[in-house]
Amino acid sequence: MTPEEFNKIGEKHRNKRDEFTHNIRVCTAAACATLKSEEVKKAFEKEVKEQDKKKTCRVSGTGCLGLCASGPLVTVNDGQALYAKVSVGDVKDIVNNIDKKPVKRLEIPADTPFFARQTKIALENCGTTDPESLEDYLALRGYESLYKVLTEKTQVEVIEEMVKSGLRGRGGGGFPVGLKWSTVYKALGDKKYVICNADEGDPGAFMDRSMLESDPHSILEGMAIAGYAVGADQGYVYIRGEYPLAIKRLRAAIRQAERNHFLGKNIFDTPFSFNVELRLGAGAFVCGEETALIASIEGKRGTPRPRPPYPAQYGLWGCPTLINNVETLSNIAPIFRKGAEYYASIGTEKSKGTKVFALAGSIKNTGLIEVPMGITLREIVFDIGGGILGDKKFKAVQTGGPSGGCIPEQFLDMPVDYESLAGVGSIMGSGGMIVMDETSCMIDVAKYFMDFCKSESCGKCVPCRVGTAQMHRLLVLISEGKASMRDFELLEELCDVVKSTSLCGLGMTAPNPVLSTIRYFKDEYIAHIVDKVCPAGVCVMESKEEVVL
Amino acid sequence: MKKLTLATIWLDGCSGCHMSFVDVDERILQVAEKYDIIFSPLVDVKEFPEKVDVTLLEGAISTDEDVEMVKKIRKSTKTLIAFGDCAVTSNVPSMRNHYDLKDVFKRGYLETSTDNDVIPDEMLPKLLDKAYPVHHFVDVDVFLQGCPPSADTIFYALVEIAEGRTPELSKRARFG
Amino acid sequence: MSSSVNIITLTIDEKQVGARENQTILEVARENGVEIPTMCELKGLTPSGGCRMCVVEVAGIPKLLPACMTTVSEGMVVTTNSERLKKLRKNILELFFSERNHICAVCASNGFCELQLMAQKVEMSHVHYPYLYPHCEVDASHNRFVLDHNRCILCTRCVRVCDEIEGSHTLDIKGRGIEAQVITDMDQPWGDSETCTLCGKCVHVCPTGALIERGMAVGEMSKRKQLLPYLTQMREVKT
Repeated sequence: MTPEEFNKIGEKHRNKRDEFTHNIRVCTAAACATLKSEEVKKAFEKEVKEQDKKKTCRVSGTGCLGLCASGPLVTVNDGQALYAKVSVGDVKDIVNNIDKKPVKRLEIPADTPFFARQTKIALENCGTTDPESLEDYLALRGYESLYKVLTEKTQVEVIEEMVKSGLRGRGGGGFPVGLKWSTVYKALGDKKYVICNADEGDPGAFMDRSMLESDPHSILEGMAIAGYAVGADQGYVYIRGEYPLAIKRLRAAIRQAERNHFLGKNIFDTPFSFNVELRLGAGAFVCGEETALIASIEGKRGTPRPRPPYPAQYGLWGCPTLINNVETLSNIAPIFRKGAEYYASIGTEKSKGTKVFALAGSIKNTGLIEVPMGITLREIVFDIGGGILGDKKFKAVQTGGPSGGCIPEQFLDMPVDYESLAGVGSIMGSGGMIVMDETSCMIDVAKYFMDFCKSESCGKCVPCRVGTAQMHRLLVLISEGKASMRDFELLEELCDVVKSTSLCGLGMTAPNPVLSTIRYFKDEYIAHIVDKVCPAGVCVMESKEEVVL
Repeated sequence: MKKLTLATIWLDGCSGCHMSFVDVDERILQVAEKYDIIFSPLVDVKEFPEKVDVTLLEGAISTDEDVEMVKKIRKSTKTLIAFGDCAVTSNVPSMRNHYDLKDVFKRGYLETSTDNDVIPDEMLPKLLDKAYPVHHFVDVDVFLQGCPPSADTIFYALVEIAEGRTPELSKRARFG
Repeated sequence: MSSSVNIITLTIDEKQVGARENQTILEVARENGVEIPTMCELKGLTPSGGCRMCVVEVAGIPKLLPACMTTVSEGMVVTTNSERLKKLRKNILELFFSERNHICAVCASNGFCELQLMAQKVEMSHVHYPYLYPHCEVDASHNRFVLDHNRCILCTRCVRVCDEIEGSHTLDIKGRGIEAQVITDMDQPWGDSETCTLCGKCVHVCPTGALIERGMAVGEMSKRKQLLPYLTQMREVKT
């Protein structure tokens, strides 16, 4: 395929799109969909038809617009006007005023910090494309990066570009992506695989789901580029079964891409072939761990095995395997479109680019955001997030899910990057960010995450299987006012044992929520144990008598 | 050399460890050279002494009376030995631990009784929800495993303590 | 074995030793008289790396590595018995004991049990974690063998021997985390199993009294260790 031929495809769809003077997009990602945005979309279609504006107005669904707290969201002409909490009753007003000024009562001004402070790269197309339409994706220069890579660059050049971009794994570990690609590229083997880890399981995290629901093609394009770079011809998306909408859209996208030869044999008439298949997780958190994930794809019980050897060397069916998560892969196509230098210019010295976070908890603007690395937690929580619900007092922000920790107020002005977060006892993680106010009890939080780890431990190794059960039990005792300081010492010791000796990342990081709450909120533990009081008033103390235990 | 004082007691145990202690046979004379046995089921004394150098405590802690007793013993004793598996691990008495206390009573006093089907509520010490090892309530200085520990091990431990040494039990004693 | 395997040198507990490059730390340590405690490992079965008793320190690597599954490399410096490792092993073993209902005094394997012996080996005087006392069933439906979940440590030796050596894969694990449990067939009573060949290998590789022959009284169930070289041989022929 010549460059001219390729450009024509995009142009054709851009022209088609521009035939309309107004593009009405209704968010149909999961959060808005639960608020009946499909009905709103149907109402728009009906209204446009009734007002005979079908020639000028195009109604389509779109991916996540980010401000999930105010759904259903509707945009007109990709940002010209953004409407929040649109109900079927509002549709007439919007269509009536489509050529005039936006409807004030529903409008969110474009300079709202929530939108103005974000930098969108991975989420670039979220909200400006119909996730079910390949044409929309092509109109936004989709598959152009893949075309450029396949026709202009060698594998080594692609990897060099990735190294230059400074992108690090967005699944939590922060391993340099370029280095990982080059390891798999160099590994010996006739057969190699690329796996997209979409087994998002952290409580409060919905980045991957939103991206898959909003812009599935960019992930496929990222996978194909990765496949070319490392020499793989087969990709798997391991996606959790609890994401039916994401699965549906991904399936549709794979079919569209195959039909139009963006996936399959000899893509763009080059020697490169690449197929993508879906594998559905059955609800085990541990399958997000790469060796457990591989076991699961192979059809075995999803339990991890010790590393080394790493999957880059010995992965799926013993072949060299590249595993990247959804956000990492959705950054690939934009990096090749905009250049590695551009990407590397954003962020901090060691953490380049942007990071997607899912804001949840006691915060006004719950939703999906993408911010440059190095932004402070304060900016995220108070500017973008709009502050604490009910204007209560901020207490802590939990990052990294069950592997992460709670960051207290004194670190609010710390820049968000891999090293800083690790330095205060948390981790970047995959991007879940749960904000807690003064009414949250930190023992309750630690107990919640330990309960999660206990029930998600696969049971293969003893420290994780028994240690998490023991720690959870101790936290229950503390929260009920039945524990002694000796129990507290046991808890601290168990944290060390489980952290140092567990087989996989789940166990090794399971004590983190406990350790970080002990580090910053030890007085709360003491209050529960010695004074038998829960300062936040969350835990119910059974009795104040001395309990024989 | 001044003799040490020795107390022995069994709580929720079968007395097997005491039997094993008696099995030191003629070596009891050597024990007697080093210890005065001032409290024991083998000695007719009613009250646990205020001060004692070494206590051999057999059995698990199963009732509210046991809890009181073990605390008193700890207070009075310089070197407390958890004597045998019941004291160290709660062993056989713990076989009820994964049942509900109500079911344990039902089984013990109703289902398996041949007459007088009543669950006693007075007179008897109150059963704890579980049978616990001694170290669950108080600090223990020496753990002497075994069901029962052999007479040789018991003798060795007592001699070592009398000589002011810490007995090396890992090679001499084991669970079960 | 191919003759092209490279010979390397490494240090285990300050002792210089030679090894073939595809050997594990555990194998090399054993060849050189260095004893590393293991629970789930059994020569002749695929290592699992689950018991964590054999974790060792390797210079330059921040995390502890299981000796049974880590292959040696040139210049590797391994420590197998630091004070920290001794303490962690003791703690892990205590977790083993606290998980189910291990009452040695009334166990058929009393005196022959690897868990019991390990407590002596790592000088575990008592369990300072609270016991969990779960309610566990005993499957006595089989006419030759008994599976007592109270005494199971989930080492998966039985699962592996049944799958890898006997080839019938009657045994497996169900559930996750603390709820994990050995099952026969599709979690049916063992006596109803249609795949069990009654070979008894599972019983003899079981380190504790979780798998015993029917009718064995306390202290009678010694495991036939002479079965193991045979198993190993079978395994080597197979691969």
